[in-house]
Amino acid sequence: MRPVSSWGRLSAELHEVVVLQDPKRAATQIACGLAGIAYGNGRSYGDVCLNPNGILWQTRGLDHFIAFDPETGLLQCEAGVLLRDIQRLVIPRGWMLPVTPGTQLITVGGAIANDVHGKNHHALGSFGDHVRRLQLARTDGELIECGPDLKPDWFDATVGGLGLTGVIVHAEIQLRRVPGPWLETETVPYTSLEEFFALADGSEAGWEHTVSWIDCLAGETGRGLFMRGNTALANDRTAPQGRKLTMPLVPPVSLVNRLSLRPFNLAYFQLKKRQTGRTLAHYESFFYPLDNLLEWNRMYGPKGFYQYQSVVPREVGQDATAAMLREISRSGEGSFLAVLKTFGERQPRGMLSFPRPGVTLALDFPNRGEQSHKLFERLDAIVREASGRLYPAKDARMPRELFEAGYPRLQEFLRYRDPGISSALSRRLMGY
Amino acid sequence: MAEHCARLWLKDQVDLTLVGRDASRIERVAADLKVRSPGSVIRAVESEFLDPARIRDTVGLIASEGAVDVVLIAHGSLPVQENCQQDLAACREALEVNGISPVLFAEAFAAQMAKQSRGTLALIGSVAGDRGRKSNYVYGAAKGLVTRYAQGLQHRFAGSGVRVVLIKPGPTDTPMTAHLKSQGARMAPVESVAQQIVAAVEAGKATTYVPGKWAAIMMVIRHLPGFVFNKMNI
Repeated sequence: MRPVSSWGRLSAELHEVVVLQDPKRAATQIACGLAGIAYGNGRSYGDVCLNPNGILWQTRGLDHFIAFDPETGLLQCEAGVLLRDIQRLVIPRGWMLPVTPGTQLITVGGAIANDVHGKNHHALGSFGDHVRRLQLARTDGELIECGPDLKPDWFDATVGGLGLTGVIVHAEIQLRRVPGPWLETETVPYTSLEEFFALADGSEAGWEHTVSWIDCLAGETGRGLFMRGNTALANDRTAPQGRKLTMPLVPPVSLVNRLSLRPFNLAYFQLKKRQTGRTLAHYESFFYPLDNLLEWNRMYGPKGFYQYQSVVPREVGQDATAAMLREISRSGEGSFLAVLKTFGERQPRGMLSFPRPGVTLALDFPNRGEQSHKLFERLDAIVREASGRLYPAKDARMPRELFEAGYPRLQEFLRYRDPGISSALSRRLMGY
Repeated sequence: MAEHCARLWLKDQVDLTLVGRDASRIERVAADLKVRSPGSVIRAVESEFLDPARIRDTVGLIASEGAVDVVLIAHGSLPVQENCQQDLAACREALEVNGISPVLFAEAFAAQMAKQSRGTLALIGSVAGDRGRKSNYVYGAAKGLVTRYAQGLQHRFAGSGVRVVLIKPGPTDTPMTAHLKSQGARMAPVESVAQQIVAAVEAGKATTYVPGKWAAIMMVIRHLPGFVFNKMNI
């Protein structure tokens, strides 16, 4: 047994870690009679990948590519391969992952199980929309091959299925063509939510990637920086040196706090406002700005942090967002890592997939115990009222009824669960 | 470890032969390397690890494809010390897999390289081979055998075009040590260890500790007087 944390560092409970190293043996290894959950690279924030005092099936040993066809862009790989390794392999050959979240240090299995999204949801949907096939190992020894055209019900349960339908062993992904590693990007400051929504709507047709940084303490008016980008051809550029820094230690208190946050956000906004306009950006700095600061999650101190990510329907999106920002601003809690973005008009593939048409707000909160929970409850009320939902991959505390209200296909999903798989999140939100 | 070295070598187009005991496992590795480096030639050869005739044939087969530039002998298996003490069969297996087998392969390749008068023969030893410790001395003895063997080979090829490289990794995060990691042991990431192995092979250095800090640590451990060493629980 050893202590294992997720990205939020809220707990470090003991787990029996079983390393999966051979895809052919995975089904036997997980059929041990005790409930476990797959653990990839530990980048989900809450308890979706944890199983205190139980088993974790570590999938990073399943890190082999199986095949890649440079003509069609079809890539087969094992589930423990990191998105980073895929990008580095295929981008020089003119292909790219169609959908990627804000870190590339996650496994393919985790990307499918959480049906992750990126900045281009309105153009290309979420990760699961590009998976053609996957193999699922069940704890009764069964291996299930599925895809959008093969046992689609199993596929829809597994995409966004939080690892609860089986352990994903390998997958086939359809990549998309790109001219190279560069993106034409533009940053536009905004000083109200109206402006944000106008920018978001106005950018949907002409820009593949849209996202915005929002100053979570500026109140309901909303102030931030809208960023948009398109892949671009730029031959004569040399890629930036991948200089990595590591957060060397866990500070005794969160570096993000009431004293630091307001001046930081103000300074950041004022500084960046002057650097707006168009630039050419390398995909790593545009998609993964935080990946160069290794172990940045330590900055929130020994108690860890929560991330609160909601999506609310577009019709009520502006009011709900304003209401949430008002609550957050009033509380003085939050972090400079705050993202506001719109999702496109597309229904998700998975029964429990998070993305849906609307607007999503994601914020980090240093763990301040009771105080944080009181704020989350006020935010929950707004999300509930707006018929929105929270993102399980980020969650460590949502109430069960909010989960049930937010995911209407839950009952349908439960039929596909593997009885030998259980996580802290599944016990908290589904009873077992 | 060898696989991660191969991933690094494959950044250029190379001609690579993988030798392993389990055909399906080496084919999995070969398929992965082929995806990473479509321009390279990658072969997978199944062999027996203790049978002198099979080893000679395997090496002969590889040599028949052309001159061998670099050989990395990296197989091994970390035994549980207690099992070796209680079960002589386990003890023998640990000595054979980690000591005798690498030497047999190295000797077969050494004959080939002597004919070529050039090439680099790299062996993976271990910091465990530097001084016997109660927690791991059977494995340590096998690795000590590899160390002494490499020393002799270096003597034999001194002044020739053949270089013999001995690499002594500290505890590294690999499939071999997965059970230690799950108990919470601190390990060096295999990617950086592989990088240093590839650099040591490139440089042709006689002995290299990876990560480098182990050179200093083992210098101290080797020189501790017995009355101090024997009190240590390592």
